[in-house]
Amino acid sequence: MASLDDLKKRIASVKSTQKITKAMKMVAAAKLRRAQESAEKGRPYSEKMNNVILNLSNGISDKENAPKLLSGTGHDKTHLCVVMTSDRGLCGGFNSNIIKKAKSYFAKILDEGKELKIITVGSKGNDQLKRVYGDKIIENISFKESKNANYFDADKVGKMVIEKFEASEFDVCTIFYNQFKNVITQIPQAQQIIPLNNEGEENSSEESYEFEPDEDEILSNLLPKNISTQIFKAMLENSASEQGSRMSAMDNATRNAGEMVDKLTIEYNRSRQAAITKELIEIISGAESL
Amino acid sequence: MSEEFKVEIVNPEKSFLVKDDVSEVVVPAFEGEMGILKDHISIISFLKPGIIKILSKSGDENYYVEDGIVEFKNNNLSILTSTIFNLADMDKSKKQDLLKQAEEEANKTDINDQSKYLADQKVEVLKTLN
Repeated sequence: MASLDDLKKRIASVKSTQKITKAMKMVAAAKLRRAQESAEKGRPYSEKMNNVILNLSNGISDKENAPKLLSGTGHDKTHLCVVMTSDRGLCGGFNSNIIKKAKSYFAKILDEGKELKIITVGSKGNDQLKRVYGDKIIENISFKESKNANYFDADKVGKMVIEKFEASEFDVCTIFYNQFKNVITQIPQAQQIIPLNNEGEENSSEESYEFEPDEDEILSNLLPKNISTQIFKAMLENSASEQGSRMSAMDNATRNAGEMVDKLTIEYNRSRQAAITKELIEIISGAESL
Repeated sequence: MSEEFKVEIVNPEKSFLVKDDVSEVVVPAFEGEMGILKDHISIISFLKPGIIKILSKSGDENYYVEDGIVEFKNNNLSILTSTIFNLADMDKSKKQDLLKQAEEEANKTDINDQSKYLADQKVEVLKTLN
């Protein structure tokens, strides 16, 4: 059995751990509020963008000559996967959930004998993927310096993706991120961005638009922007999810530390009492023997 | 009958401006400035660098944009843009900064004609502002 001193030290150490996790939870909660706000504020833009593109692609007259970003290259031999994770750890299952989703997708692609290329955004994803898929990772981006997700960063990733697409380095592009539902639930998502997947969406308006200049030109200007927008949306959702996930993870950690302190305190009190009883017995039996 | 319609400007970070008492909006569309009044036909166009003028009952406003898309439908004007500034909030140094950036961009030699044209436009607009 551990000595009284040892127990005391353990209790102190668990308590200080609890303080840290509690502080991290508070910080995450504050950040979450901001991240959630910007995720919600960012939604109108991506929704509107989607609507416009939907209207445009419905109005497009010549499907054969549609921009490649919309219709694809015609085959799906090489897949590019953009896996978006966080730069910091201690956020529960946040990163592992994305990685798990991505890995099962990778396995499927490789089973079908297709080529796989990976871009990781965020250092944690890179750390976890490089062990198994190290040779497939062609680029690793991390935005450690930027405090909040901003459009400028998303645009950088978007431009890179488009550059690679135009150099025919891949046929299909999918992004992986966590969609923020609420503080305890984040859903890992795989979203195909090239070619644009419009299937299943209703043709919302029958109205015809006037285009200036013509729709092909607008579309070819709009589609690259849409890629950046979608990536930006994913980044916003991701940062809200990360904070939410961290908050609930730290909440659990704080609670567990509390339980541990209780248990250790009981053990400490018991052994102290045992020591006192032992001493008393010694004194009494010593007195009796006289 | 009122002659007002609704305008909404969104940028990727947030909904930048919503106004529903607007009588006229002038946007720098790609093929020239375009004034939009109520009951305009549905139109989609995109923007080049320039000034958006919003005329409304509650006062006129001017915004500087670098790019974007306009969509007008059912008397709803949506403007999607990634770079937008209210002219009233722009001070001298901000304008100078933007102009310097634009000039640098315009002087690059390795850009294609379209981005060259856009950069030139930017310089021109910013020069008139300064």
